[in-house]
Amino acid sequence: MTPSPFSSVSAGRKFKDKFVHALCLTAVLVGIAFLVVVIVGGIRDGLPRLSLDFLRNPPNPRRPEQAGVFVAMMGSLWVVGLTLLIAVPVGVAAAIYLEEIARPSRTRDFVQANIANLAGVPSIVYGLLGLAVFVRAMQVGTNLLAAGLTMAVLVLPTVILVTQEALRMVPRSIREASLALGGTPWQTLIRQTLPTSIGTILTGIIFAAARAIGETAPLIVVGAVGFIVKSPSNLTDSYTVLPLQIYSWSSDPKKSFQINASAAIFVLIVVLTAMNLTAIVLRNKLQRR
Amino acid sequence: MKAFQLACLSVVALGSLGLIGCGGPAADSTTSTSATGGSTTAPKGDPNLKGTISVDGSSTVFKASEAVAADFMLAFPGVNVEVSFSGTGGGFKKFGAGETDISNASRPIKQDEIDAAKANNIDFFEVPIGYDGLTVVVHPENTWATQLTVVELKKIWEPTSTVKSWKDVRPGFPDVPIKLYGPGTSSGTFDYFTKVIVGKEKSMRTDFQASEDDNVILTGVAGDKGAIGYFGLAYYEENKDKLTAVAIDNGNGPVAPSKETVTDLSYQPLSRPEFMYVKAEAYARPEVKAFVEFFLGTEGQAIVSEVGYVPFETATYDRIRKMFESGKTGSIFQDSTGKPVEAVLEAAGF
Repeated sequence: MTPSPFSSVSAGRKFKDKFVHALCLTAVLVGIAFLVVVIVGGIRDGLPRLSLDFLRNPPNPRRPEQAGVFVAMMGSLWVVGLTLLIAVPVGVAAAIYLEEIARPSRTRDFVQANIANLAGVPSIVYGLLGLAVFVRAMQVGTNLLAAGLTMAVLVLPTVILVTQEALRMVPRSIREASLALGGTPWQTLIRQTLPTSIGTILTGIIFAAARAIGETAPLIVVGAVGFIVKSPSNLTDSYTVLPLQIYSWSSDPKKSFQINASAAIFVLIVVLTAMNLTAIVLRNKLQRR
Repeated sequence: MKAFQLACLSVVALGSLGLIGCGGPAADSTTSTSATGGSTTAPKGDPNLKGTISVDGSSTVFKASEAVAADFMLAFPGVNVEVSFSGTGGGFKKFGAGETDISNASRPIKQDEIDAAKANNIDFFEVPIGYDGLTVVVHPENTWATQLTVVELKKIWEPTSTVKSWKDVRPGFPDVPIKLYGPGTSSGTFDYFTKVIVGKEKSMRTDFQASEDDNVILTGVAGDKGAIGYFGLAYYEENKDKLTAVAIDNGNGPVAPSKETVTDLSYQPLSRPEFMYVKAEAYARPEVKAFVEFFLGTEGQAIVSEVGYVPFETATYDRIRKMFESGKTGSIFQDSTGKPVEAVLEAAGF
């Protein structure tokens, strides 16, 4: 019997392996446990409100049993949609420039370092920036457009950094093959580099969307409304968003509003999960090609 | 195939917008049907009145403002009232920049806020909307603590408090364990109570039974001989038979809470007026005028009382209306801390 090359692995190392394994599993479980607590709590406390009417109705401060999240949900979808519509083209283009077009230089490094810094700036700062630049200086007003612009600036660093990372992961050989076959740099980018990296880019966009849907602080600063019964229908309309609706309900002294808050938390998590699942399915499909 | 992949990228990017595209048009119809469907009072206002009123400011007044707005929109379905809660100071910042029509406030406007508004040519009406009065309650069989001084209340509630039994509060009180009830730390009532009693906002001992539901505080205090708690005067008035209200001594002798003592501000430091500041330019719009009238009218007063405030006497509302009719803008309550609203209005000639 020839000794296996692994038979020399000591019991100590096996234990270490098992230990790290268990440690990592615990780490995952802790994260999941909190999620379960939030979901179960949302269902348990919010159950009396979880119905189709809760999704269809506007808020109702006089009759909490008849209140719903429709207006807040529409507001959230508008804000996220606008955010992506602005941030994705700009972010992807910026990443392509930095990664594929710009020659290495001090200026590029400077810009690059700043983008990485911006990704860590607290969101309230973006809110104040949005208030000063979009709402006041550019006279956009406290409406959906201002919210979309502010949130787009907020998620832009994330989109740029992830897209750059995705482009960097494309093997050199693919680019060189394309160029060797007579493809122009532009053709190489559009037909090879981008399609190969699209899965990772999508992940970045999911991160951006998830962050945009969960943010509240900057939106309060740029004028999200606490109580509104009309859903937005165009860019200059006022709006509220799900997290703000949850905040407003959960701070109400009456028990029936707390039930609304729990139900709304559950809805928010379902929306987030649905968004993530869609993106994961899409990404897997694209990567298999 | 590559074109397909790019298409996919854009589809995902526009994905949520697509959702909105489906939701947008449906939004209006659903909103309006459910809003009127939930109505218990028949619309009686002018249905042709249209427009949007933006309200911001104090989170304490938000509850009243939001509730009045909801009923107002049932009566005037064409008008859209949007209420936010940036806080009194945050509200005044937006008000001074001309971004809102009405600013709610749990204190009178300050001089620098008036100056900021003036710089943007914003003139305003100052509208007191009601009193906020807090009542400290004990068990009906508690015969010793029917009067407490502010200092004693502070001794009970402050973060460093060592009070475990009533005998620690005042020599001569019986040795009955004290049990504390109060609104949760996120409520405006908690903020106000800690500010005037403890002396520092949001600062209180942590071993008290907190509940945002007044009913929990009521049952708790009514079921324990040694218990003490506090909530809005309106809630006490409805449950006078189950509890005893403590008379508060602020250095000028004990004063029991009542509509009268809150209204003449002799019940101190637990009562104060709440305000609404209306941009003069906005008041010229019929829908804003209708909203302010609704707020000061019977429906509005009923709601003000329901959310826990003490509404004014009819005579005071008459004076406020008189002030509007005279076109008097600016602040008359700015330096009036501690003076009853009625008296300030009278002194100003209304």
